[in-house]
Amino acid sequence: MTDRVEDAYGAGNWTGALRRRAVKALPPEQLLPDRQPAYVSSWIYVFGALSLAALVWALVSGTWLALAGAAWWHTSTVGHFVNSLHLWSVELFFFFMVIHLWGQFFMASWRGRRALTWITGVVAFVGSIATAFTGYLVQQNFDSQWIATQAKDGLNSVGVGAWFNVLNTGQMLLWHVMLLPLVLGVLVVLHVLLVRVRGVVPPLDAPAGEVPPTEAAQ
Amino acid sequence: MIDVVAAPVDLNHPGHYLHWGVIQLSLANLVVIAVMVGVFVLALLLPFPGGRRRP
Amino acid sequence: MTTTTDRPVSPPERRRISPAEPWPGPWRRFDIVKEFVIATVVVALLTVLLAAVFSSPDEKPITLQAWAKADPNDFVATAVSELDGQSGTATYGPPYNNTPDAGQKLGPVPLQRWGGVRAPVDTANDFVLGPLRAVPNDPALSAALSTYSAATADQQAKWASDYGDALANAPDGDPAKVAQGDYGPVPTLSRRLLDLAQSGGLDGALTTQGGQFYASDFTKPLLFLADGSYLEDQARAQHLGGDQWGMMNETGNYPGQAWLWLYTFWYQIKPFSTSDNADALVWGLMALLTLLLALLPFIPGLRSIPRLIPVHRLIWRDYYHRQTRT
Repeated sequence: MTDRVEDAYGAGNWTGALRRRAVKALPPEQLLPDRQPAYVSSWIYVFGALSLAALVWALVSGTWLALAGAAWWHTSTVGHFVNSLHLWSVELFFFFMVIHLWGQFFMASWRGRRALTWITGVVAFVGSIATAFTGYLVQQNFDSQWIATQAKDGLNSVGVGAWFNVLNTGQMLLWHVMLLPLVLGVLVVLHVLLVRVRGVVPPLDAPAGEVPPTEAAQ
Repeated sequence: MIDVVAAPVDLNHPGHYLHWGVIQLSLANLVVIAVMVGVFVLALLLPFPGGRRRP
Repeated sequence: MTTTTDRPVSPPERRRISPAEPWPGPWRRFDIVKEFVIATVVVALLTVLLAAVFSSPDEKPITLQAWAKADPNDFVATAVSELDGQSGTATYGPPYNNTPDAGQKLGPVPLQRWGGVRAPVDTANDFVLGPLRAVPNDPALSAALSTYSAATADQQAKWASDYGDALANAPDGDPAKVAQGDYGPVPTLSRRLLDLAQSGGLDGALTTQGGQFYASDFTKPLLFLADGSYLEDQARAQHLGGDQWGMMNETGNYPGQAWLWLYTFWYQIKPFSTSDNADALVWGLMALLTLLLALLPFIPGLRSIPRLIPVHRLIWRDYYHRQTRT
């Protein structure tokens, strides 16, 4: 099917070219599918979505804490509850994410040009640990003091502590609230888009299956 | 609103720790790890509702 | 979706489906938006439930004031070690100072030194003499400070290290029970610093050093606090010490960070547990293992583990069952 409008406006048009490339790489029915391969029938598959949902709640509760400031939760009952929401959404995030990792490992989900999906997942995992770590540092309580004075040794030993000063609470707060969530957000979006672009990995050693006729054109 | 002092389960008491040789593990962490493994196994074993299949 | 006018152009093939090709079918119904909404609601309920039942820990931070009041002997001993340059911070090396030979190495590579001194701390002046100089209306203190400043560096070092040794040998480390000796103005200086700390003035003095008003960098008070034993004693009482798998733990009975199990494991065993370069070694090892995890798809052997431990046969049992039937 030709795009007639393209003839008039399309030549050398960056927007049109970008749009066509994007839609070709990820057609809408693949970005927001209403069907999935028949082999996706195990509860292990829900843990990616659960991880993402937990991340959403970590961001929401974190935003609420940010609205009232870093010290709010020590003096407000509501604030303490919101802090608890933040802690448990993050615990759930790691809980679901690790189970998701176990499942994807045993499914060897990197097969079929999906290595980048796996890599972005691992980097997001590590990024999550870094983000959670800075979160501990900005609690402004005994935990923060101990974790900071301990962690400094690991980071200093490899020269990183000279730039990333865990004893500098102002710096850590900005990394935790803005810089790391931004990086994590980008990684997670990339990861999810890659899953949609490549599709869910098919079974290992799939027995020779019947390839239905003319279905590929869908 | 929720009164934090009266949290139904107060975890602010000294922790319980288990020791096996060089391994020291808090009861709380053990519970979390055990639940994770349990949920993983359940996810593998529990039957998944069959959706309507298209050819 | 096929229309009624489509006809198969060839009979259905039976061939192994490559993981790289688009899935040719069969399909099942799926509602991605509904699944995510359900996940969001389920997680919201779980989060609210956990937060309402367990709340979150909030142990009060330890001020220099609290430390000075709870364990004055430890405070004084630490203050003297800051003065004589023997404290942990004073002998740390980069990023705090340029102590010769200080700094961990990863094998032959002195990574710690390469970081450079980017958070300079002069423990004698920053932690002890500077705060004391700001105290007004104390002639005895002013005299002690003058005596100290007028002395040679060697004399200053001798007074301080002699007093430090004497404190270590005194019962309970009690300054009142220290053996007779020539310690110069050091006992007066450390006593006055203790008074300043107990009044709460030292906490402020260290965070706003240099006449600044706003403070968000707690490097100095944290380093001073960590040089003493009191902070560590409180931490070890809660199993938060490095050799107690502390990195995984949380105060009280709260779950901690189980995902750090491997990172903290190395510190429990040789050679890491007895090495001066433990932090650098563990960091290097974990960086390598993380890289291996990320590059798993390309590592022969490791990437075959899913075939060897066939958990996938459980996950895809419906599919395998249906395929063998057709």
